[in-house]
Amino acid sequence: MKFGMMKPRIMKLRFNVLLGGLLLAAMPLAVAQTGMLNVPRTVEAGSAFSIPTSGSGKAVLYIVGPAQVLRREVKLGETVSFAAGDLHNAGHYLALLVGGSGTENGAFDVVASHPASLSFLAKPSRLPVDLQNGISGVVYVFDTFRNLVIAPSEVTFQLSGVAGAGQARTVTTRDGVAWTKLNSATKEGAAQFIARDGGISATRVIQQVPGDPCRLRMNARLSNQKLGDPKLANQKLTDHRPAQQRLTLETEPVRDCGGNAVPDGTIVTFKEIYKDGEATVDVPVKRGVARTEMPAYPGATISVATGVVMGNEIRWK
Amino acid sequence: MVSSLIFCSIFAAIFVFAADEPEANKAAVRVEPTTSVGPRTLEKQTETAVVRDYLEAWRSMSAALEENRPQLLDADFVGAAKQKLTDTIHEQARLGMQTRYRDTAHDLRLTFYSPEGMSLQLLDTVEYEVEIVDHGKVIGTQPVRARYVAVLTPTEVRWKVRVFQAEPQ
Repeated sequence: MKFGMMKPRIMKLRFNVLLGGLLLAAMPLAVAQTGMLNVPRTVEAGSAFSIPTSGSGKAVLYIVGPAQVLRREVKLGETVSFAAGDLHNAGHYLALLVGGSGTENGAFDVVASHPASLSFLAKPSRLPVDLQNGISGVVYVFDTFRNLVIAPSEVTFQLSGVAGAGQARTVTTRDGVAWTKLNSATKEGAAQFIARDGGISATRVIQQVPGDPCRLRMNARLSNQKLGDPKLANQKLTDHRPAQQRLTLETEPVRDCGGNAVPDGTIVTFKEIYKDGEATVDVPVKRGVARTEMPAYPGATISVATGVVMGNEIRWK
Repeated sequence: MVSSLIFCSIFAAIFVFAADEPEANKAAVRVEPTTSVGPRTLEKQTETAVVRDYLEAWRSMSAALEENRPQLLDADFVGAAKQKLTDTIHEQARLGMQTRYRDTAHDLRLTFYSPEGMSLQLLDTVEYEVEIVDHGKVIGTQPVRARYVAVLTPTEVRWKVRVFQAEPQ
């Protein structure tokens, strides 16, 4: 019976403890939330807006966010006006009106204004011609206050300036960003990579250089040059017996698969295999062709290669 | 009745004390699966580094705004984000104000990793408290739930926040 009497008392005590604790813990919050301030739901960055107040006396209005903070002394009962440009950073803001009788609060968002600039990253700045999806462009859209414009807008990417039809692609921004990938042109040269959003644009230059050599062909003829010529210093001979005559070997203009001349300095390798040995010469392309001299052994086979491309073979009689 | 008051006081004291514990200040972090992030493939190590550096940026921002020391932003912010926070700190100092940001929960979604790996965007539904202090006096504390957009870019040793902006939910 005693236990039966005790249970309701313990339960009541626990309830009081819980209720009292919660009330005490919530007190600071309750003090801060004595009233709701009539703030606009959203404000466009940099635009004028106002916050009405009620009551009488003096108070201080705080507008607080990580991106900006404002503090105004106000007369209660009047409307607090903020001029254009006063609050220009996008973000979430708290508004607190602290007066003699209490605190009113509210919250609102400042959203970005219209697109005013593009942060355009184009990569790479130099690449071979005719590369599928070789060029990437990323655009972040900002307003005049460097706020990221979250609202969707259309960005057009255009690659032009080289012979042939340019490429264009329109992409809708998502959370302020748009991106694309484009092919490099088939012809070498500087291309203009333009990103455009309405009336604003940003341009980057993409240098498109020839790709790897595609077709290699050489010719051979007798020359009168003698051994010991300094031009032959690179020659690696496994047989040092001098030949009576020498051959001048010269490639046709070395080009990539798109017909673009490969850059000077590209290495071309000539190889001669003859009865008692072999000789190899590495020659840089100069003015579009590679040229060298090698001993003219009767029956020798001469081949040419650059990179992974093999050229024609010549059998000297 | 007296015993109730004593218990209430003890309970409330424990509650407040717990809130002041550093461990209690650690925000709960949830990261959504990143399988659909693109166009560049996001490696696990990169994801870990980005999340770690972003959360660290919140901590440095909180400290910088509380202590009005813009140099605390140097390690984690760059570009427009750093400039705007620095301006806020200078304005706070001029007005005699401080703000204390206590992030309690982050719900992160990595949304974009640029083709060349030069920028990464994430969305964060974050819950935090803001305490406003004016000339040393606490004016008020407000709980906030907001959606932040952040763009991070890689630097020599870490990811830094280049864009940091709340947007309407």
